[in-house]
Amino acid sequence: MKDTPLSNCERDFLLKAIEEKKRLDGRQTYDYRKIKISFGTDYGCCFVDLGQTRVMAQVSCELVAPKENRPNEGIMFFNIELSPMASPGFEQGRQSELSVKLNRQLERCLRNSKCIDTESLCVVSGEKVWQIRVDVHTLNNDGNLMDAASIAAITALCHFRRPDVSTQGQEVTVYSPEERDPIPLSIYHMPISVSFAFFQQGTYLLVDPCEREERVMDGLLVIAMNKHREICSIQSSGGIMLLKEQVMRCSKIAGVKVSEITELISEALLNDRKARKAGGKCGFAESMPQERITALKKDETPVEMTDVTETANGIIQKGEAAPQTVPSPVVPVPGVGQVGQGLQNSWGLEDDDEDDYEEEKNDNSGDEQVEEVTKMDVGEGDVVEISDSEEEEVVILNPEVPEKPKNTGSKSYQKGAAASKKRQKK
Amino acid sequence: MFSTVRERVGEVLLPGDEFSFEAEEKISLTAPVKSEKVVCGPGLRRCGDRLVVFKSGVLRHKEPNVFWIDSQQRRYVPAKGESIIGIVTAKSGDVFKVDFGGSEQASLSYLAFEGATKRNRPNVQVGDLVFAQFLIANKDMEPELVCIDSSGRANGMGVFGAGGLLFRVSLGLVRRLLAPQSNIRSDLEQLFPCELVVGMNGRIWVKSASVQQTLIIANLLQSAETMTAQQRQQLFRKVQQGAF
Repeated sequence: MKDTPLSNCERDFLLKAIEEKKRLDGRQTYDYRKIKISFGTDYGCCFVDLGQTRVMAQVSCELVAPKENRPNEGIMFFNIELSPMASPGFEQGRQSELSVKLNRQLERCLRNSKCIDTESLCVVSGEKVWQIRVDVHTLNNDGNLMDAASIAAITALCHFRRPDVSTQGQEVTVYSPEERDPIPLSIYHMPISVSFAFFQQGTYLLVDPCEREERVMDGLLVIAMNKHREICSIQSSGGIMLLKEQVMRCSKIAGVKVSEITELISEALLNDRKARKAGGKCGFAESMPQERITALKKDETPVEMTDVTETANGIIQKGEAAPQTVPSPVVPVPGVGQVGQGLQNSWGLEDDDEDDYEEEKNDNSGDEQVEEVTKMDVGEGDVVEISDSEEEEVVILNPEVPEKPKNTGSKSYQKGAAASKKRQKK
Repeated sequence: MFSTVRERVGEVLLPGDEFSFEAEEKISLTAPVKSEKVVCGPGLRRCGDRLVVFKSGVLRHKEPNVFWIDSQQRRYVPAKGESIIGIVTAKSGDVFKVDFGGSEQASLSYLAFEGATKRNRPNVQVGDLVFAQFLIANKDMEPELVCIDSSGRANGMGVFGAGGLLFRVSLGLVRRLLAPQSNIRSDLEQLFPCELVVGMNGRIWVKSASVQQTLIIANLLQSAETMTAQQRQQLFRKVQQGAF
C-alpha cells in the first residue's frame, strides 16, 4: 500500500512552525518524546515506546561453528523487520531502502563498537561458539525508528541470559535453565543512537523527529554514543552540508541525551530484576491494562448429565472383554522384545511373497503382521499379547553373525533378509 | 419488532445480534393496522426477515423510525454525497487523482469546478487540498468526486488550504463536530477565532491567527476524542486562561 501523500499546505505549515521554533506536539527543539521501556516474560524480550513509535526486540542464542577467520569469537547477528503493522507504506518481505539503511546503521552501532565481548561467547575454540541473534520488530512508526530500535536492541542484550555450558575436553554440556541459572552476556558499554533532523539547508535542527517532521526534513544526522562520551558511529544522510560547529554541537547534545537514556535503561533493568526476584508476574501480558468486555466468555453448552452413569455402564457391558494385557516388553524368544502393538501389514500380498519385500534393519526387533484388533483398551506401557488366532504370525529374522565384522557389513544385511525365518505361533 | 428494537436503543450491540419478528405478535384482522417501516442506518442490515447488526457500537434512534449503530473507526469508506478533504496526487489528462484515505484513489474531473471550461482550466497543483463531495461511491467502481453541486455552484467546495494545518482524527469525532447542535464546536467558538474545514473522511484542516494558536486547536481536537464533556470543558477553560 502507498503512504498518504504529504500535502503542500502541511509542508509549508511545518516549515513555518519550525522557523518559529514550534513543534507539532509542543516539544522544545532538543526534547525527546516520552520513552517507556518494558520487558516480556522471556529473558531478552524488550518493548520500547518512543512517543507513539513502538518497537520490540528479542534476543536468542544457539551453538554454531565459528567463522573460519575468527575461530575463538562468537557471532552476532542483527535484523530489523519493518512490519506492515507499523505503517501502510511498509511491505512485508520487501527490502526497502529504509530497511537497508536501518539495518546497516544498527550493525555499525552495535557490532563495530565492540560493545559485546565476543570472545566470552566461545565454547570450544574452532568448533562451537554462541551465535547471538537480535531481532527488532517495528510495531508502530511515528518517526525515529532508528533511535527506538537501538534502545530496544541494547536493552534486550543487557536483559538476555544465555544457558550455562561446561566443557570437558571435547564434550560440551549445555545446562537448561532449571539445572543451572543462565548467565548474562558480558557487555562493555551501551551505545545509543541519537537522531538529528535538519531543515532549510541546515539552518534549523530538531532532535527526535516525529513522522511528519521526517517527511519534510532535508537531512538526517545519526550519532551513536555511549555514556562515557565515546562516539561509536556517526552518519549523515540526505546530502546536506553541515558545518563543523554544527556537528560539534550535535555531539554535545547527543552526550547529554545518551546519559539520560542510559539512566532510564538501567532503572528499567533494575525494576525488572526486582520484580522477577519477588516472583511477581512480570512481562508484556501483565503490563497491558485490563480493558476488555467479557473476553472469552462463552455460553455453556447444554449437556444432558442425568443418565450418564447408566448409559456408560450399558456400553461397557455390551462391549467385548478387553484382551489380556501384559507389561511391556514381551519376550517371545531370547533376543527379541515386542514393545507396543505391531503395525498391520498394508501391502496386501500373500505371505510368501512378503519376504522379498521386507526391508528390515539388521537389528533385533520383531516384524509382526497383526490383524487389526478392534476395541482394544490398552493402557500406556501395556502390551497386548497376541492371541491364538491362525492368521497372525510373528516372523522373526535372526541376523547372521558376520564373519568379518567390518567388511561384510552390507552383505550381512542382505543375508539376514533372506535368512532363516522362524514362523512362530504363540 | 419495532418495539423490541426501540427497547434496546442506547445499548451496546455486537455483530451478530439480530431482531426478528416474534411468533406471538399478532396482527388483528379488525382494527386498522399501520404498516411499520424501520429505516436501517449504518451498522444495521436486513437479512431475510430479520434485522442484523454487523458493526459493534451503540444503537441510536431518531424519530420517527430511523435506527443506526454509532460505531468508532478511523478507516473511511466512501459514501455518495459525503464531502471530504482530499489531496491531489496526480494530474493525468483531464482528470485529477485524489487521495482521500480509502482503498483506492478517487478521480476528479477538471470540468467539475465552478466556472471551468475546456479553455479555462482550474488552477490545481499536485499536493493541493480539495474539498469535494462524492458523485459515485460504491464498492464496484472507482469513486468519483466533484467540486460543484447539482446547480453548478461551488458552495464552499474547491481548492483551499494555504497556511493551515491538516490532521487526522477518528470518524466519530468528525460526526460529532458536524452534528447540528455540537457541544465541541460551541466550546471551540469561545476559544479563538479560527477557520475550520471538516472532511467526513476523518481529516480536519484548521487555520488561526498565529501558528501557536493553530497548533493549540489541532492538539485540543485530537485529544478531545477520548474525553468526556466535562474533561473537555475543563481543558478548554485551562487553555483559555493560559492564553490570556
